[in-house]
Amino acid sequence: MLKAIHNGARLYVVDPRRTSSAQWADGWLGLDVGSDIALANAIGREIIEAGLCNHAFIEHSTLNFQEYKAGVESYTLEYAERETGVPAQAIRELAHAYARADRAQLCWTLGITEHHNAVDNVLALINLSLLTGHVGRYGSGLCPLRGQNNVQGGGDMGAIPNRLPGGNDVEIAEQREPFERAYGVSIQAKPGMHLTEMFDAMEHGAMTVVYIVGENPAQSEAEMDRAIRLLSGLECLVVQDMFLTKTAELADVVFPAAASWCESEGTVTNSERRVQRVRKALDPPPGAKDDIEILCEMAFRLGHDWGHPSAEEIWDELRSLSSWHQGMSYQRLEAEGGLHWPCPSEVEPDSKFLHGWLWQHPVGGPLAPFHAVEHDPPIDKLTDDFPVRLTTGRRLESFNTGVQTSGYTSPLRRGESLDIHPDDGRSWGISDGERVRVVSRRGEVEVVVRYDPILRPGLTFMTLHFQDDVATNLLTIDATDPKSGTAEFKAAAIRVEKLNVEAAKTVEVAAVAGGES
Amino acid sequence: MTVAATTHRLHLKTNRTVDLTVDGQHVRVPEGSTIMKACQEVGIGTPTLCYEQTLTPVNACRVCVVEMEGSRALVPACARKVEPDMVIWTDSERVRHSRKLVLELLASSVDLSYAPDEVQGYLDHYDARPERFGPPDTSDGAVHRDHTQAGHHIPTTNGYAATVAQPPKIDNELYIRDYSRCILCYKCVEACGVDAQNTFAIAVAGRGFDAHISTEFAAPLPDSACVYCGNCIAVCPTGALIFKSEYDMRQAETWDEERQTETDTICPYCGVGCTLRLHVQDNRIVKVTSPMDHDVTNGNLCIKGRFGWQFVQNRARDTGVEESVGTS
Repeated sequence: MLKAIHNGARLYVVDPRRTSSAQWADGWLGLDVGSDIALANAIGREIIEAGLCNHAFIEHSTLNFQEYKAGVESYTLEYAERETGVPAQAIRELAHAYARADRAQLCWTLGITEHHNAVDNVLALINLSLLTGHVGRYGSGLCPLRGQNNVQGGGDMGAIPNRLPGGNDVEIAEQREPFERAYGVSIQAKPGMHLTEMFDAMEHGAMTVVYIVGENPAQSEAEMDRAIRLLSGLECLVVQDMFLTKTAELADVVFPAAASWCESEGTVTNSERRVQRVRKALDPPPGAKDDIEILCEMAFRLGHDWGHPSAEEIWDELRSLSSWHQGMSYQRLEAEGGLHWPCPSEVEPDSKFLHGWLWQHPVGGPLAPFHAVEHDPPIDKLTDDFPVRLTTGRRLESFNTGVQTSGYTSPLRRGESLDIHPDDGRSWGISDGERVRVVSRRGEVEVVVRYDPILRPGLTFMTLHFQDDVATNLLTIDATDPKSGTAEFKAAAIRVEKLNVEAAKTVEVAAVAGGES
Repeated sequence: MTVAATTHRLHLKTNRTVDLTVDGQHVRVPEGSTIMKACQEVGIGTPTLCYEQTLTPVNACRVCVVEMEGSRALVPACARKVEPDMVIWTDSERVRHSRKLVLELLASSVDLSYAPDEVQGYLDHYDARPERFGPPDTSDGAVHRDHTQAGHHIPTTNGYAATVAQPPKIDNELYIRDYSRCILCYKCVEACGVDAQNTFAIAVAGRGFDAHISTEFAAPLPDSACVYCGNCIAVCPTGALIFKSEYDMRQAETWDEERQTETDTICPYCGVGCTLRLHVQDNRIVKVTSPMDHDVTNGNLCIKGRFGWQFVQNRARDTGVEESVGTS
């Protein structure tokens, strides 16, 4: 991105915090947490109003433009300024820069998706790309930046409730049947549960046995005390992991696993849909087995002899069932340094970008629909009791619940803190480095305050990296998006309490008592 | 050893070509190519120290210089663009003499013992004899090099070679800086700056022989702007910047590249998909690099990819993990 900036690209950063990316930007739109749709709709309205939409593209390739236009009619710049806290002029500038650019991309991360209306947030951004035709062309597009090395690949392999590998829909018979034939089993024709629904099912007793592979929900879930209670109450919990995580400590059975990225063979898929090879460089510790071996041993004990397939044999089976991956032989993945799906043929190049068919004459697939969506602020409302917004995220040198990054010493690591704007610190009478109590409607933690001028007054920030020391997820809300199942990690309401109030009282009492004696 | 072949993807901006002559051979290369590229076309190798394919050429080391007919001075092959009908000589007496002297001056003042074998190869090829400047001068206060004032240079004792000798800077657990091995090629400064990381934690301080790479006010790394991406280590040609893990093993005399394997895999952290080249000795990762010619990040990593692998070897390796299996 910085290379592009040095080459003259313009960058606008929309983020409640003035991040290091924002410091390189032409414009920083420091919006209030959870006001993304108000902003996006106002940008859309301004683009329409200023006559900057790509009418040829809209007519040729999209549906429902009139509904969208009517839907954003009330999102004036003035309204958006009130709802988002961003000056109308800055919103107008971004709208014009985006619409007038030859090529433009919208990139986002969990700030868009960790909300109770995550899917609507994404749809609001898709609408902007349809309005301007910034999609399906080299250098333009929509780019969710993935936070983990294979979160894309996991979904592509069918580890989402309504999909089979290669994006095939479990509910569509002709997409499901090839898998039933190949696997010799029948597959239920309705979606399974996502993680949030699973926890609800545990709560209601509908789910009593859980097998967790490589995830630490006892620390990574919002409202983690609930997650721990539900996992502890299961009839049987099996955990397969590289580490004895906090989740594994709750388990009835633990399968020690090899590190998939350096102790076994396979593939991962990055943010740009590029499938790349991971390779074995180390022997795993004694007792730890490759994930494939563990799963095949499980299958054998359940009465299915899957043999001892290699990673490549399993990959080749996938290729026979997923048209996205058909052309990606191991040989080709090695030779070309990774390939982007869809790659249906071994003799053709891979696909550097998607949705190019929207530009074909006639359109080479279904038309792209606009979705009118409405601004809907975070569930956890700010009130007099909980007047401060807490948002969560990562810091450069650490990762998620820290099970991996706690393994190395980083000079950048300072441990957990509640980051606040210095102005807030002064008005609340809380100094830099002071230990405080942070209280939300769900729980409370004690943590050290750090002044950080990249925040805006009223906004605070914590991470999930040091849950053993400071369990941030006791504070977060598990209000989830019904469409994606994602919890609203990005928006909790809190209050910050001084710790030394009681201590000061105690001192006072002691002094009084001392005076009497 | 399972090093993956990665593709070389050339991004040429023009279809026009330029004809020139190198050592009497006709060469045709795309417009905008360097003389070094033209040399490669006809199989002529060029010694380089400060050149890196991912960095802007800075012409600092002068070891790649060639003779260009019509030019008063020798020209750097790594940076000078080809022009029509250029006539280049890469192995003339003048070129050989210049390369030899440059190598002698560097090798007499800098400890090149951690430099790759090819650097020693250059010295042998050009018959460089750095020892002719005399034994290293150890009399001056080398430890004060960080704070030398301009104009206060202490001349070397007669008959002794001036050196940049100084103790290594060990101020964090990730990497160390041993500037007694630094030839001032500027590659680390470029990698920390606009060519890669854009952090600007280091720059060249001082003048003349007292010039050196430094953080602001020579602050220790933890007090500097450094973000520990290690992209400077990746480009250092002489081992002045090395992983703490490598440094410790070298001190313990257990570092043995003969016994190391290199395996390319993908970083276990975020979704960018950087290739990590794991250097493994005795079933332990000892350092991590990334191939410069892979187009995801062209050899650049962040702190987690470069240094965040320790967790795999913190797990019980010798005792077995059975005892830690939960049976609650």
